[in-house]
Amino acid sequence: MTKTVAKLSISEHKRVNDDHFILTLKKDGVFPEIKPGQFVNVLVEDTDVFLRRPFSIHDADTKQQSFSLLIKAVGKGTKSLQSKKVGDTLDVLFPLGNGYSLQENNKVLLVGGGFGIAPLYYLAKQLKDKVEDIHLLVGARSAKHILLTEKFDGLATVHITTEDESLGEKGYVTNHSILEDDFDKIYTCGPHPMTKALALYALNREISCEVSLENMMACGYGVCLCCVAETKTHENVTTCLQGPVFNAKELQW
Amino acid sequence: MVNLAINLNGLILKNPVILASGTAGYGYEYDDFIDVNQLGGVSVKGTTLHNRAGNAYPRMAETPKGMLNAVGLQNKGIDYFIENIYPRLQEYDTTMILNASGSTIDDYVALCEKANELEHIPAIELNVSCPNVKEGGMAFGVSCAGVSEVVKEVRKVYHKHLMVKLSPNVTDIVEIAKAAEAEGADSLSLINTLLGMAINAETQRPVLSTITGGLSGPAIKPVALRMVWQVSNAVNIPIVGMGGIMNTTDAIEFFLAGASAIQIGTANFINPQVSIEIINGIEDYLKKYNYTDIQQIIGKLKTT
Ligand SMILES: Cc1cc2nc3c(=O)[nH]c(=O)nc-3n(C[C@H](O)[C@H](O)[C@H](O)COP(=O)(O)OP(=O)(O)OC[C@H]3O[C@@H](n4cnc5c(N)ncnc54)[C@H](O)[C@@H]3O)c2cc1C
Ligand SMILES: Cc1cc2nc3c(=O)[nH]c(=O)nc-3n(C[C@H](O)[C@H](O)[C@H](O)COP(=O)(O)O)c2cc1C
Ligand code: FES
Repeated sequence: MTKTVAKLSISEHKRVNDDHFILTLKKDGVFPEIKPGQFVNVLVEDTDVFLRRPFSIHDADTKQQSFSLLIKAVGKGTKSLQSKKVGDTLDVLFPLGNGYSLQENNKVLLVGGGFGIAPLYYLAKQLKDKVEDIHLLVGARSAKHILLTEKFDGLATVHITTEDESLGEKGYVTNHSILEDDFDKIYTCGPHPMTKALALYALNREISCEVSLENMMACGYGVCLCCVAETKTHENVTTCLQGPVFNAKELQW
Repeated sequence: MVNLAINLNGLILKNPVILASGTAGYGYEYDDFIDVNQLGGVSVKGTTLHNRAGNAYPRMAETPKGMLNAVGLQNKGIDYFIENIYPRLQEYDTTMILNASGSTIDDYVALCEKANELEHIPAIELNVSCPNVKEGGMAFGVSCAGVSEVVKEVRKVYHKHLMVKLSPNVTDIVEIAKAAEAEGADSLSLINTLLGMAINAETQRPVLSTITGGLSGPAIKPVALRMVWQVSNAVNIPIVGMGGIMNTTDAIEFFLAGASAIQIGTANFINPQVSIEIINGIEDYLKKYNYTDIQQIIGKLKTT
């Protein structure tokens, strides 16, 4: 898979809520194949931001030669991106990383925490023809932090947990009753404590589980070795090149 | 036509732009972005005698105009390199340089003995300056006695181009440079990262697993330039300058300060094509000012 560095124009900038937004980027010319779970590394042209910022690919459309990013404004880089306008260009390195594997299965569960839902939308779309029964489980502090679940209508059965019980079941994703079901596979992306809890849950139950990690990155293409995760065999592997998606049983939790 | 080729005390580079160790991978990671064969050279990932897992995550912190790293020389050791990576490097038409590190003199010697047999690697860059390993590494690089000893012993077993990479984390880099020259270094490269640290005020914890790490990027350029300038005025062997070079202008500044070649490190993370842009930029600069050879600007800083 060839990585490219390209200037892409913002064709759409959609507000999701106060601190979340979706940027759609268009590329002329050759458009690479994009796998769900892959990510991009964006240059933020702001004097206070030095390194590129990594974001999962939220959706991709080969015909339109475009893909989108779901971004949470958390700091200087993401806030600067939030203030971009349609027609502005971004310097983007993509597609990066390995992506989720897309096997045929009967019943799978996608679990997202926070902006971890970002890659799961494109994943659900790509799994649609391969999997009978897709479930999505998302968790947040309260109802207003639950994002974009309506996009999954017709793609997946949605399950929700909130810590304050304002929507769905009370608690964390790892407490949700849907986990009692038998799944052939779990795909997950989110903050480390959540992915870890799910990975351990899946390992315990011997369910195949793919986790996507969000380690801090400098290069995004495997040369700096800053983004490493530890494997069961105590080897440090790059999450940007050998990941960000890993089989949960290969990592040291 | 302008001549960009450089003769670094016997080591011929097609142009003076080298990818810096630890940011270059093994060169082939850049195949998607650039034609690696157009580079003057590639200093491959820091290699040690034995496998090193490196330091624990987190290993990186962004800082104003730079970054800290605490990778800790993660690599699979020289034997793995020779068997699995070296064959791939032979396909490239650029000067491959092995960045060699150790924690004891014996390790350095054993490593360099093996490197001496690698036909397609005409040079090693002896890293006596890594701030990210607890034992050795920088310990050698911070004293004249340490540098003298390691260069002297390596020189006995390594018969090709020996570039010694200096640490900026010293009181007087000129003394260290002279010590390396006296023991037979063919060239000097500088600077490695500056020892630094980042703290998260919210968690009240260090950002890096190792607490301290190596600072690189534009933040260190003035220090790097100063050191290149001082060392180039004190030794007779060529200097390979680096530290915060982001663009052609930065590169030209290093040549003027006395560097015969330069390395591009952290800038690759921002733009993986920057090395080629800088090669073209140097050529444009030389043409613009009617030079015919890169040699004509090296060390030509006007101070009067
Ligand atoms: C593979 C990968 C995929 C990602 N996908 C998405 C996504 O789809 N949507 C999204 O909104 N974010 C995603 N992130 C996180 C995103 O990269 C960070 O939120 C962003 O870099 C913060 O930049 P900033 O300048 O706004 O924040 P800064 O001002 O640099 O820091 C603000 C806060 O963000 C945290 N932060 C900084 N860098 C990262 C990072 N690399 N990962 C996690 N937290 C970080 C810092 O710890 C700090 O608390 C992803 C990260 C990775 C590694
Ligand atoms: C992530 C990272 C890893 C590095 N690893 C090595 C290494 O293995 N050996 C070495 O001699 N220098 C290493 N360096 C130092 C660079 O080669 C270079 O000396 C330094 O970063 C200054 O140049 P720059 O500001 O252009 O990056 C590393 C630097 C970075 C940022
Ligand atoms: S971010 Fe540089 S190796 Fe992964």
